[in-house]
Amino acid sequence: MPTKTFIEAIRDTLRDEMARDDNVILLGEDVGANGGVFLATEGLQKKFGANRVIDAPLAELAIIGVSIGAAAVGLRPIAEIQFADFIHPAFDQIVNEAAKMRYRTNGAWTCPMVIRTPWGGGIHGGLYHSQSIEAFFCHVPGLKVIAPSTPYDAKGLLAAAIRNPDPVLFLEHKKLYRSIKGEVPDDDYVLPIGKADVKRAGSDVTAIAYGAMLHETLAAAEKLASENISVQVVDLRTLQPLDRETILTSVRKTSKVCIIHEDTRTMGLGAELSAIISEEAFSDLDAPIVRVTGPDLPGIPFNDVGEHTFLPNAEKIANALRALAKY
Amino acid sequence: MDQPDSLALYRVMLLARMIDDRIWQLNRQGRVHFAVPVAGHEGVAGYAFALDPGRDYLVPHYRDLAALLHFGMTPRDVFCNLFAKANDPMGAGRQMFAHWSSVKQHILSLSSPQPNHVSHAVGIALASKIRGEDTVTWTGFGDGSSSKGDIHESMNFAAIHKLPVIFCCENNGYAISVPQAKQMAVENVADRAAGYGMPGVVVPGRDPLQVFEVARTAVERARRGEGPTFIEIKTYRFMPHTSNDDDKRYRTREELDAERTNDPVVLFRERLVAEKTWDAQRDDALKLELQAQIDDAQAFAEASPAPTPAEAFTNVYAE
Repeated sequence: MPTKTFIEAIRDTLRDEMARDDNVILLGEDVGANGGVFLATEGLQKKFGANRVIDAPLAELAIIGVSIGAAAVGLRPIAEIQFADFIHPAFDQIVNEAAKMRYRTNGAWTCPMVIRTPWGGGIHGGLYHSQSIEAFFCHVPGLKVIAPSTPYDAKGLLAAAIRNPDPVLFLEHKKLYRSIKGEVPDDDYVLPIGKADVKRAGSDVTAIAYGAMLHETLAAAEKLASENISVQVVDLRTLQPLDRETILTSVRKTSKVCIIHEDTRTMGLGAELSAIISEEAFSDLDAPIVRVTGPDLPGIPFNDVGEHTFLPNAEKIANALRALAKY
Repeated sequence: MDQPDSLALYRVMLLARMIDDRIWQLNRQGRVHFAVPVAGHEGVAGYAFALDPGRDYLVPHYRDLAALLHFGMTPRDVFCNLFAKANDPMGAGRQMFAHWSSVKQHILSLSSPQPNHVSHAVGIALASKIRGEDTVTWTGFGDGSSSKGDIHESMNFAAIHKLPVIFCCENNGYAISVPQAKQMAVENVADRAAGYGMPGVVVPGRDPLQVFEVARTAVERARRGEGPTFIEIKTYRFMPHTSNDDDKRYRTREELDAERTNDPVVLFRERLVAEKTWDAQRDDALKLELQAQIDDAQAFAEASPAPTPAEAFTNVYAE
């Protein structure tokens, strides 16, 4: 079985899906001749032609709006937003149009499109090449939001997103692009949208994470194992809809839960997860719900000290899990 | 396509006006929440006769009722939408009135924020080009909308790729209360077209046949793969923006009275009568016929069931 990096899994899935379905097109800045600023789409324009891999002008609103129109008449556009930090001009189109097309027409018009975008910090990106945007979009009924953390999950979930009849925001953590490798089967498979994955079995504490933080959390769990603390690590994979069953099953097993995200604390996904767990597993909890998050700052500083201060990491996560285990 | 069927054109213009009058009455009687008038814009319907209904796509201005009637929308469709009934074909009563939509008639769903729909028209045209079809997409918006970034990005994208989309600005001189002089520094919105690499044309909306001619040229250009055109139709809005607007606050009755002498429905009727294609007797008979259609549509809609509470929860996602 081949081993691929996170970005190779994504690129190969784009290639395979475009080969499988002529309706799939790619649209974004630098995706064609350049193959994408991260090389996520390298080789695809050469293989599928400029009609299906389109270099868009610097115009995020149009990239998304044009994709919505094309999706309405049966194409399967995959729009790339070069950095998640640049998605905001398209917020209106995503929230007011893509997410509402099916509902407002009672199912007559639909919007089968994917928006792919690199997100997250830890690569010296400063305020505008490091953002977490999931909280804004998980709040929008009609959208689905996916954030894989492994090459295997990336392939299966990207394929699922492309084949899904609803608009999907597919978040690719840029720090993982070339730093995470894993086995990825060659054969065709999809993973279910809306299902989390227990990445490490454990019994003392549940740690819920996604994106780059999934790997920091796994590293923290490995450290704590040597201290005889058994951490179950749940990788959300899909952020909207959340997999309540897997989350609550784990909470009921360990009775203690810690949520980890690099996004700012207030109104981040940890808040929603805390509400769900408190509502539905209150009597199963032996400790308050803990969140390890980015601080409520306007952005991740560019300088090394600031960036390190902002981001959760294995050590900070291990400290929180240790305290929770001892509660 | 030489000339449009003038009587068919007159019919949809008159029907739109008569529907308009009825809807306004119903709103003033408190029987429907919301009216969005068409009156004054009927002449733009000439464009619909330059398109091929069922093949081409419309992503229209919300005042394009006359054109939509030519594309196959019926009075019953309009009234079920007006009364927001469960059988409202636009979306089962989920949207406010006049947020037009029909898959069968190739009318893409409209939202409220203006002009969000224009980039969608460009996307439909992109799909046509990729598929090698000579389908044309027509999109309409107002003078206010022309100030928005969506128009800039959409025109730019369409021109770069020579897409078969036609941008039609129905300039009635007001964005609710904001007059053109506060909306733009230029006399004609179409003057901007050259800056995007496409032709710009200005045409008076009180003459539907001139609108047809201009539209036909643009449609044929698009079908030949030569790209988009920007058409500016100078028109006027006789009624307030919607039933929630008091237009006495921002324009005089003198101005309105003067503009009423350019009523496109009246002018077209007079022209047809002068050409001996039409006469007063047939006009009276047509009005009776259309009134009966409107009465039928209203009764049908009022008798239709409202959506149930459970129906609010369907079609968020495909599953």
